Amino acid sequence: MDMPLSDTLPKDNCVDVDTAEDTNRPLAIEARGLVKKFGDTLAVDGVDISVREGAIYGILGPNGAGKTTTLRMLLGIIDPDAGLRRVFGHDCPHEIAKLIGYLPEERGLYPAMKGVEAIAFMGALRGLPLEEGRKRGAELLENHGMGFAIERQIRQMSKGQAQTVQLLGTLVHRPRLVVLDEPFSGLDAINQGKLERMIRDLADGGTTVIFSTHVIHHAERLCESVAIIAGGKVPYAGSVEAARDRIPAQVRLETRAREGAWLSALPQDARREGDFFYFSLPEAGIESLLKALIDGEAGILSLSIERAGLHDAFVHIAGEAAARALEADNAAEMGR
Amino acid sequence: MSSTTQTARLTTLQAAWVIARRDFLAILFSRAFIFFLLGPLFPIIVGGLAGGIGSRVQQQTSIIEIGVAMNEADTALMVASASQLHKELGSTIPPLVPIAEADRAVKPADILREKRGNYVAIIDGTPAAPVLTATEDQLKKWRGPVGLVAATASGTSPSTFPKITSETVATSGANVKRNRVLTAQAGQMLLFLLTMLLGGMVLSNLVEEKGNKIIEVLAAAIPMDSVFLGKLFAMLAVSFVGIAVWGGVGSLIYFAGGYSMADFAAPAVGWPLFFALGVIYFAMGYLILGSLFLAIGSMAATVREVQTLSMPVTMLQLLVFFFASYAMANQGSMMELAAAIFPFSSPFAMLARAAQSGEIWPHALAIAWQALAVAVLVKAGATLFRRRVMQSGPRGAKGNRKGLFRRLAELAGPA
Repeated sequence: MDMPLSDTLPKDNCVDVDTAEDTNRPLAIEARGLVKKFGDTLAVDGVDISVREGAIYGILGPNGAGKTTTLRMLLGIIDPDAGLRRVFGHDCPHEIAKLIGYLPEERGLYPAMKGVEAIAFMGALRGLPLEEGRKRGAELLENHGMGFAIERQIRQMSKGQAQTVQLLGTLVHRPRLVVLDEPFSGLDAINQGKLERMIRDLADGGTTVIFSTHVIHHAERLCESVAIIAGGKVPYAGSVEAARDRIPAQVRLETRAREGAWLSALPQDARREGDFFYFSLPEAGIESLLKALIDGEAGILSLSIERAGLHDAFVHIAGEAAARALEADNAAEMGR
Repeated sequence: MSSTTQTARLTTLQAAWVIARRDFLAILFSRAFIFFLLGPLFPIIVGGLAGGIGSRVQQQTSIIEIGVAMNEADTALMVASASQLHKELGSTIPPLVPIAEADRAVKPADILREKRGNYVAIIDGTPAAPVLTATEDQLKKWRGPVGLVAATASGTSPSTFPKITSETVATSGANVKRNRVLTAQAGQMLLFLLTMLLGGMVLSNLVEEKGNKIIEVLAAAIPMDSVFLGKLFAMLAVSFVGIAVWGGVGSLIYFAGGYSMADFAAPAVGWPLFFALGVIYFAMGYLILGSLFLAIGSMAATVREVQTLSMPVTMLQLLVFFFASYAMANQGSMMELAAAIFPFSSPFAMLARAAQSGEIWPHALAIAWQALAVAVLVKAGATLFRRRVMQSGPRGAKGNRKGLFRRLAELAGPA
């Protein structure tokens, strides 16, 4: 394997990369400083991403943020105007097409093809012999409760069924890397749950999964690492935990006493809302504050510490505007 | 570059095979193929319309000449008489020309047999006792007019005709040339109609693929060159099936009617090679036009845009066809050379050449040149496709809202 891309590029990239990951696993994807311009529009502006083998990695951002363009560059569908990408150590992703499965955001199948033929064809594109593809396709459809679709034409299937066929076609050649562009889009809640399980199963089997989404809880539930993307830039790439830790945990305190010397022990950002005080968890911990509250006879009725969610982290990292765009996309998706 | 040696992808040809196999079977078992098989009805209609141009070309290439092989004085007298009568009677009187100096020692029958010059018949003897040598049909046709010319040259009353002795030959230079022009014309017309039909079909196929959104799945898995090659060759294979069906049906009708291949003038390179070259030039003509149409398909975002873009190309191709037809009438000219070099007219021009000239090496050169043109066009089309189609996600309609010509200008410029 060549030297890591990170060693080949200058270190002045502004991206905030969390490095507290399991560095024992090799990188499945490594991209540094990817730039793509379409006419006057800068679609992707210096994106850095590192995905470890076997990880579930999310690219999180509103529509138009540059997720699809980033994935297309990683897959070699389009070439970046600047920057470097490497997939399983290869500069040219087409060279290792057999190791990759890709579900594009715009789903597409030949309407006249039968379910099993569509899956076998997608496998054949990745080097799987047609006969083997048909056999595996039939098994996959049976295992996913879609045995009826084996001999049914795509045009006779519902949108969700066709989407499942395409997803199975993405996996039929047993790729080591699965790239899913907005995989949850257009699926009902039940099928979203099935897809989440499928993604977890893939990762459990050692497959690297990278998916883009504008729905935060899919990323929060599934991913160990995410890249937050907004306006073509990646202001954060790293573990979900580290992203959440960007915002100090919030403390909610309820006391019997309303006044007392203990009030001066509360952190400076403490604010009172009704019967509760809210403030950030002090960096030194809660112990000294608890002592002051007890010594000052504040009368603690309840005290809870709430860790920030990925949504809060997203707002904190990407900004209010990006968060509003993300929510608007979600609302539009729900309305569909 | 990566040092990993494991190759985990299909080769360009393997990938093209996957696409070609799918497309071939999909088209073969589709309704479109039925329409394709009905395609020959279209050429019959268009052929009728284009007949005017064809016959003009043929007229130009088959100017009838009757050679005069008498002594110098009699020859001059015969030519002058024919010229004088021509003024009065028009095309009833054929143009008479003295035979070439080099042929004076050769027997008229041999001149015709060896296809020297462009003579439909040769007159020797004297004006009082002319001898007309020609094929049987030409003898019937020219016996009267030649008698009139000879009578005028002899100074006898036109009511007193000299006795014409005739000698029949199996063929003549003019006869063969005219019939070969017919063979060349038929070949060109067939080639043109088939390539246009197939070019349109491959374009529809690509547009359908863009509509199905499957193209991104293909582009992610295999090089776009393979997609283009696969599509082109699938349609070519479909066309061979079509040709086999048409050929079979046509042959049945033809031979059932009591005809045989001997009814046609044998092309200069001979029938077997002519057929082989016909297949190769058809394939090349189609691949050149098909790759151009695929490039057009890659630039168009909608079916309407495809129509807008393909119409001028279709018209240009029609002009190219006429250019090649016209060049056929000027064998050995710069125009014929230009038609043979210009990739889009080259297959037509070269097929016509195969019918009219027996040289083989120009065909080897032309086929290599055409193959190069195909490779360049496929590569250019695939590059355009990648640059145009894979620009953005579904919101990439931003790009689609731009004017077609602005996009074309962008494509022409640097990325």
